Amino acid sequence: MSVSMKLKDTLLGPVINNNPIALQILGVCSALAVTTTLSAALVMCLALTAVTAFSNLSISLIRNQIPNSIRIIVQMTVIASLVILVDQILKALAYGVSKQLTVFVGLIITNCIVMGRAEAFAMKHGPVDSFFDGIGNGLGYSFILICLAVIRELFGSGTLLGYTILPTINNGGWYNPNGLLLLAPSAFFLIALIIWAIRSWKPNQVEEEVFKIAPNSRVHPAEEVA
Amino acid sequence: MVNKDSVKGTLLVALVLCLVCSVVISTAAVLLRPTQQANVELDIKRNVLMIGGLVTDPKASKATIEQTFSAVTTRYVDLRTGKFTDEKPLGGSGRAAAKISSASERLTSNEDIAKIIRRENISEVYLVEKNGTLEKVILPVRGYGLWGTLYGFLALKRDLNTVIGLGFYQQKETAGLGGEVDNPKWKAQWVGKKIYDAKGNVAVKLVKGGVNPASPEAKYEVDALSGATLTSNGVDNLLHFWLGSEGFGPFLKNLKAGEA
Repeated sequence: MSVSMKLKDTLLGPVINNNPIALQILGVCSALAVTTTLSAALVMCLALTAVTAFSNLSISLIRNQIPNSIRIIVQMTVIASLVILVDQILKALAYGVSKQLTVFVGLIITNCIVMGRAEAFAMKHGPVDSFFDGIGNGLGYSFILICLAVIRELFGSGTLLGYTILPTINNGGWYNPNGLLLLAPSAFFLIALIIWAIRSWKPNQVEEEVFKIAPNSRVHPAEEVA
Repeated sequence: MVNKDSVKGTLLVALVLCLVCSVVISTAAVLLRPTQQANVELDIKRNVLMIGGLVTDPKASKATIEQTFSAVTTRYVDLRTGKFTDEKPLGGSGRAAAKISSASERLTSNEDIAKIIRRENISEVYLVEKNGTLEKVILPVRGYGLWGTLYGFLALKRDLNTVIGLGFYQQKETAGLGGEVDNPKWKAQWVGKKIYDAKGNVAVKLVKGGVNPASPEAKYEVDALSGATLTSNGVDNLLHFWLGSEGFGPFLKNLKAGEA
């Protein structure tokens, strides 16, 4: 495999084949929280992609110096510093959006994708590979978030990026918005549907059953009578 | 070179890492602070002007905001006496002062209908004057909704009883349900509503199921937000608090009598 092919794989693999949300089931909490509007989701995607890429890069750079006994806390420190940096930059350059995202930017620290990639990939690979792996996983996360946000904002509020697409009854239109889509549980249902769709298309993602369900052993009532 | 996995190596790496990270973070924080502060101030001004009906375009440029805001006078009110004071609230705003125990009072649970826990002693108010007579008063208000505190402004006409606008610049309500407090259609309903009845009690309220325009109470009533009972209650409570005796009630009375 050529070098560019390998990079492409690290970069695009996590979008469908190894999606952090749909296959690794990481980072679901923020996928529920910031997907009511598309603009918030987009900024969250950018922020998370930047943090994952740069945390992977910096951890990979110092991976040979990190003492094994404190490696998790070292990763955490690097990630936390980057998140605070992103939060400060957003507050200075994109105040409107940072107001919308409030605590969720800070919560990137606890996003399992960032930590997961640092521990699973950046600790074992070179800086360039790690950087692209971070971007790739950010893209995978973004893919799911954007799908969710488009569905939730369009059918929940009748708008996309704040522009009216389906005029709602509240605003004198005809569309009766689905209130459930604005609440967190709807994102759960949508993520489940996306996972179902991806696994039907790529059956190798289906996990092996941990245990088999036994066939129904009860005698059918009709047979009992006979 | 020390072995990285020895105790000495571990401590060294931890120390260096913490040092590097803290330098990076503090540099960024210090460098970005002026821009952030300017953003916050501009946002407050923009909201004061929008809610006070002085600016209608939500995307108005910074220059427009600064220029229009020059027509607004910021004054300070001692909420304990209901009179103007020259003293500024500690921390720069009433909202910040409420977090400082020496500059605020803890409210008893009976008083604290808006669930703000502490009320500042001194708050800012924004006055719009034309040729020396008062045109508009814009008051900062806040109170707990469903998920967090709603921060906003209430603008009143010179009779100190008619609403020019109510709006929130910071809220965490559910988008699409409680978040509709930001819906311009809903906000438009507030225009022209009266807040005090003939006896001087706070009469403005949110009602479920729509306002009956034929009712004599209609001038005090605004439609509650559908699907957002707790947010609606929050808005109702915060208005009652800030217009009542613990909020700006005494100040508005004094101002009307010309004794503020």
